[in-house]
Amino acid sequence: MSNFSQNYERLRSSQKFQKQLSVTLRLIVAVFLIFFAVFPVLWIVSASLDSSQSLATQTLIPAKAGFQNYVRLFGLDPDYKFAGLDFKRWVFNSVKVSGISTILSLSITTMAAYAFSRMRFAGRVTMLKTILLLQVFPNLLALVAIYVLIFQAGEIIPAIGLNTHAGLILVYLGGSMGINIWLMKGYLDTIPRAIDESGMVDGASHFQIFWNLLLPLLRPILIVIGILSFIGTYGDFLLARILLTDADNYTVMVGLQLFTAGQFDQKWGVFAAGALLGALPIMIIYLALQDQIAGGLTTGAVKE
Amino acid sequence: MNKSSKKKQTGMGEESFFSKLSRFILILVLDAGAIWFIQNAVSKGFTQMVGVLAVITLMLNVIFLHPRAYPFRWMAIGLSFLVLFTIYPMLFTIYVAFTNYGDGHLLTKEQAIPLIEKTTYLPEAGKSYKWTAFKSDSGDYALWLVNAENESFLAKPGESIIPAQPGEPGIGEADSSGIPTSIDGYTRINALVAATDKNLPNIRFGLEGEQAVQIRTQNEAAELEILYKYDPETDTITDQSNGDVYENKDGTFTSQFGKTIKPGFRAVIGLKNFQDFATSPALRGPLVQIMTWNFIFPTVSVLSTFALGLAIAIMFNDKDFPLKKLIRSLLLIPYTVPGLISIIMWRGLLNSEFGIINRYLEALFGWAPPWTVEPFWAQVAILIVNFWLGYPYFMLITSGALQSIPSDIYEAAMIDGATPWQRFQKITLPLLLVAVGPLLIASYVYNFNNFNLIYLFIQGGPPIVGAATQAGHTDILISYVYKLAFESGGRGVQYGLASAISIIVFFIVGSITLLQYRFTNMWEEVSENV
Repeated sequence: MSNFSQNYERLRSSQKFQKQLSVTLRLIVAVFLIFFAVFPVLWIVSASLDSSQSLATQTLIPAKAGFQNYVRLFGLDPDYKFAGLDFKRWVFNSVKVSGISTILSLSITTMAAYAFSRMRFAGRVTMLKTILLLQVFPNLLALVAIYVLIFQAGEIIPAIGLNTHAGLILVYLGGSMGINIWLMKGYLDTIPRAIDESGMVDGASHFQIFWNLLLPLLRPILIVIGILSFIGTYGDFLLARILLTDADNYTVMVGLQLFTAGQFDQKWGVFAAGALLGALPIMIIYLALQDQIAGGLTTGAVKE
Repeated sequence: MNKSSKKKQTGMGEESFFSKLSRFILILVLDAGAIWFIQNAVSKGFTQMVGVLAVITLMLNVIFLHPRAYPFRWMAIGLSFLVLFTIYPMLFTIYVAFTNYGDGHLLTKEQAIPLIEKTTYLPEAGKSYKWTAFKSDSGDYALWLVNAENESFLAKPGESIIPAQPGEPGIGEADSSGIPTSIDGYTRINALVAATDKNLPNIRFGLEGEQAVQIRTQNEAAELEILYKYDPETDTITDQSNGDVYENKDGTFTSQFGKTIKPGFRAVIGLKNFQDFATSPALRGPLVQIMTWNFIFPTVSVLSTFALGLAIAIMFNDKDFPLKKLIRSLLLIPYTVPGLISIIMWRGLLNSEFGIINRYLEALFGWAPPWTVEPFWAQVAILIVNFWLGYPYFMLITSGALQSIPSDIYEAAMIDGATPWQRFQKITLPLLLVAVGPLLIASYVYNFNNFNLIYLFIQGGPPIVGAATQAGHTDILISYVYKLAFESGGRGVQYGLASAISIIVFFIVGSITLLQYRFTNMWEEVSENV
């Protein structure tokens, strides 16, 4: 009996040892992976604090640490002239364009998804499938057409033409009847119809049911889709690049790309400061809400 | 379909008067706005745009007026945007692919012919004059002409040219050089101002068909004739000076001797763009290279990022793993940085001369890969960057999917004595692939058209030597299309060819996606779930 328990103890301890060994090994791997993941970002942080601001002389711990690059970024350094640099304005433009298009596109998506989820009508399934199929055609391929369309619109109403934020927002809204309708409709389908019916018994109209009963319940998915769509618009480069022509109207992404023209290695430090400030809001949102976002990404795709 | 939902569909009988009224006012305002806009578009000749706007307006009218279309009112705005910014650009792209739209053919035929007809020539019998310009307050011009015989004339647009002398009624006294200082209703413009006036050279003075004079140079005005006359019936242009006939050949008027008239105009040229794509040796050289890389790049990217993402998910999947949350958050960081910033950041890191990576490699081994200079290393660099950018996505997805695999399957396998590798191979991977298979293919399609990475890293470079168009060793089709369409680089923009390639890309991506639907039976599921 004691022999058996001794053996058992040994086995247990060896299993425990094995487990500890495996955890340790995995932790070592984790350190390497984290180095790979974080190093470029650390490098940018260091570059942004390095006053020598040249790519060639930069070291991980800046020799001449300071906030010189940030001062330059905000145009407070009279000795540093970089034509067309107006970082504050770019950030404002980005937040404005992304904010407005996110809110409008959420409204469009949610209302359409309500109809798809709660009503039955001819062509419903066909339309849902078509929406899915249209995603296959990348927006990017129709660049010429979109450019011409906005150019022509601007010939008639200059306020929605090229080089206007309204025109850009309109183009972004074109994507709101997209895959997000599926996400939203899937979520709506999980809300019991009994809720609608209780409203209907009380004589509420479709709009009242949608507004008063369902909308509050949609908050979690509204947040996820809203954030994903904000991040998507905020990070968009190509459409903004093509439609906006004045440096004053640029978004952060288009503005930051300006830095890569010409003597990039000489503007490295200021670029790093701008990149960091431009990326920070998005990084914070992601890291704070990673569970919700992961949930949103896998909804419908990963069967649970 | 249950009863209550059926009732909802037609249950608009109880619509209040107020709601009806506001609906009609809405549609009235909308129609008025649309008609105004369309009218303007017609006057500017935006034919295609007029078409799509008419379709949308009609659609909105039906949706808001027909009671059975009630559900569509909920998506009216979305549908309009879908038609305008997704479907219309697609159709427009298809149309452009069959035209020669691009440099030299940017105008429509209606815009090009008046421009062509502006060209003038001086016939042998034509007379020339010295001129002085006069301008009225309302912006009309008049010319004082003096010919070689020192006879003087007064010419106004649309009126016969009449002989005139200074001092006659309505004409002021002559100055020292014999030219009147003023003409009634007109003031004389100083020669320097007249020479820089943009309108003057385009005005024909005198009566067309009788005698008309146009300013040629600073000193000379002449009886210029219109050189080219367009005949709408035969769709030809005749050179008035020598009678040559130019025929409309694919958007360019061309004579039988091969002479052409500029500008050309947009014309449907059939499959020529597609033929060029397939046969032109100048295009084909870079294209084969681009296509090959366009398949290698997403394949390697998806496999590598999926492998690392899955490895991370498995390694740190245990519930009680120390610091699990922190490790995952740190590993997620590449995903949280906006793509453009990451790419430019890597561009700095991998800079062949000054980049930190090469400085360390140089110090350690005395040699570092010329990332941005040599084609092979540029491709490797792009794959490394995408590896960094892409793995966190699969880490997120696969760790979610791993959780959904029931643990009793693993327990059963352990009792049967399966090794960890067998468990991974026989349980984890197949079950995981069922769940994330569609996302793998979606990621493949995404990377197939990953313009931002390719373009922002080194603009698709290094350039392919000897290519007829701007093509680089890391270019994929979509970045190649972009360069053709928007970055002429001295070779002229080619919207037609770019659109044709877009359509080819669409077919490639479309068939991959179709395969995905087949492969995963997603279509059937979609049909079940709606």
